[in-house]
Amino acid sequence: MTFNTVRLDHKIIYQIVEPGSRVLDLGCGEGDLIYFLAKEKGAHVQGIELSEEAIYRCVEKGLSVFHSDIDSGLIEYPDKSFDYVILNQSMQETRKVDFVLKEALRVGKNVIVGFPNFAYVGARLRLFFLGETPVTPSLPYRWYNTPNLHFLSISDFRNFCDEKNIRILHTYYLGRRRLVRIWPNLFALSAIFVIHSSS
Amino acid sequence: MDKKKSLGNVETRYATFAESPHELLLEGGQKLGPITLAYETYGRLDADKSNAVLICHALSGDAHAAGFHPGDEDPGWWDAMIGPGKAFDTDKYFVICSNVIGGCKGSTGPSSINPAAGKPYGLDFPVITIGDMVNAQRYLIDHLGIGRLLCVCGGSMGGMQVLQWVASYPERVRCAIPIATALKHSPQQIAFDEVGRQAVMADPEWREGDYYGHGQPERGLAVARMIGHITYMSDKSMEEKFSRRLKEKDYSFQFKTDFEVEGYLRYRGDNFVKRFDANSYLYITKAMDYFDVAGDSLIPAERRAETRFLVIAFRSDWLYPLYQSQEIVRQLKRRHADATYCEINSTYGHDAFLLEIEEETHLIKHFLDKTYKGYNVR
Repeated sequence: MTFNTVRLDHKIIYQIVEPGSRVLDLGCGEGDLIYFLAKEKGAHVQGIELSEEAIYRCVEKGLSVFHSDIDSGLIEYPDKSFDYVILNQSMQETRKVDFVLKEALRVGKNVIVGFPNFAYVGARLRLFFLGETPVTPSLPYRWYNTPNLHFLSISDFRNFCDEKNIRILHTYYLGRRRLVRIWPNLFALSAIFVIHSSS
Repeated sequence: MDKKKSLGNVETRYATFAESPHELLLEGGQKLGPITLAYETYGRLDADKSNAVLICHALSGDAHAAGFHPGDEDPGWWDAMIGPGKAFDTDKYFVICSNVIGGCKGSTGPSSINPAAGKPYGLDFPVITIGDMVNAQRYLIDHLGIGRLLCVCGGSMGGMQVLQWVASYPERVRCAIPIATALKHSPQQIAFDEVGRQAVMADPEWREGDYYGHGQPERGLAVARMIGHITYMSDKSMEEKFSRRLKEKDYSFQFKTDFEVEGYLRYRGDNFVKRFDANSYLYITKAMDYFDVAGDSLIPAERRAETRFLVIAFRSDWLYPLYQSQEIVRQLKRRHADATYCEINSTYGHDAFLLEIEEETHLIKHFLDKTYKGYNVR
């Protein structure tokens, strides 16, 4: 695995996480991201994942992973047990987003949230001109088979953080291959926020 | 892919220790000694003695975990998991399995001769705990010259011993694999055990445990085993295995074994009494009921957990339900233990730990390999 073949969102998260950090990845899938963080950054990583097949792939990589859903997973962890809690492309699939985020902010010093942007221009055009539920590179599913339970835009998430008193430390807006600098809520396919509880 | 092979012929060996005046002090306050443990080993211990794996058996298991005893048709009870190229690869690891104390397969138990009386212990055998079983195993591990075990693994009561090893000797266990087990027996589990014990004790042949020389309380022990077997299966696996199929063409309209499931349970019960001592059944189930490493006992709050864990549970297991394995995992999270948890989607019920070989192999093989090489991705 060379750095160039790594997914853009993984590269960004890789650059955020300091070497040797304690990292909890909620919805870690087959563990590619935490494997990368463990191997290249010496991070102490733990995954939580719902799919049994994905658990096997994680164990093959030598990763430690819990077979569980994210909604019920964090109560046992003491406050600030991790330097980073990652919710990459998994937040919008959880049932109780505000509860999960609250818990993530409690057990993690910082939380990295990556989500698809529902207000991406392609999505807007499809909805406006065709009157159809958007299908975009970051929202590739059809209405009947999407694992996403929540659809949000970058502005929505900003507003949410304001309402809940969550501090936004950094934001990254992702296009197909590179970062998006202007009008992210219109032109970004997805976003990565680094957040922190203000209290 | 490694080629999976059989270990071929293996033999049971015996080690005796805790001789007077160095008897083993039991949790119940009594002393037991001398103690003989029946054990088998497979593979070779490497020069720095870092590749030893201890396999712990369940209620009715024994030291014969893998390979064949000369003349036997069937291999040991976990042969599918232990051998060259298998999950516990004997080309790489030195695998040990010993019969628990209280058992009847070569280790000291109620059917052994009490040296003080010159006849079998019977109910003079002290009540033992899972902790006592593990203390006895520790003698064996010392005897084999092994300081730190690479792994302790077992299912059901074997899983309790795994957890007990971590509780009692954390520095001697590099990784632990408890399968389909619990931190403590629930009232439901205790209840099933008590029904089994009552079945044995209600049999007049039991004679207050002093039946040696007369023959076992076979009816009682068979009933106990039949109840046990029901709890090891799932509704679905019983439907698949027996449905309502009849042994003959029609109902007999008598109290005969009309249904295949009845025949199966009777066969299992009758077979069990040929190979298992009724008093051992009482002692071992009691030990399971007393088991409780919930709270701080598994890993005290102040201690850093050095042992890696792989916890495995099965979705259709209603005797040791998922919530009990999740309890173990929660405790490990609280202690920041390095742990992996997998719920295998099996329909076999509690028996799954003996049957879901492919899934268990996949998890254990990789987990063990990474632990052994000291290659944590970290």
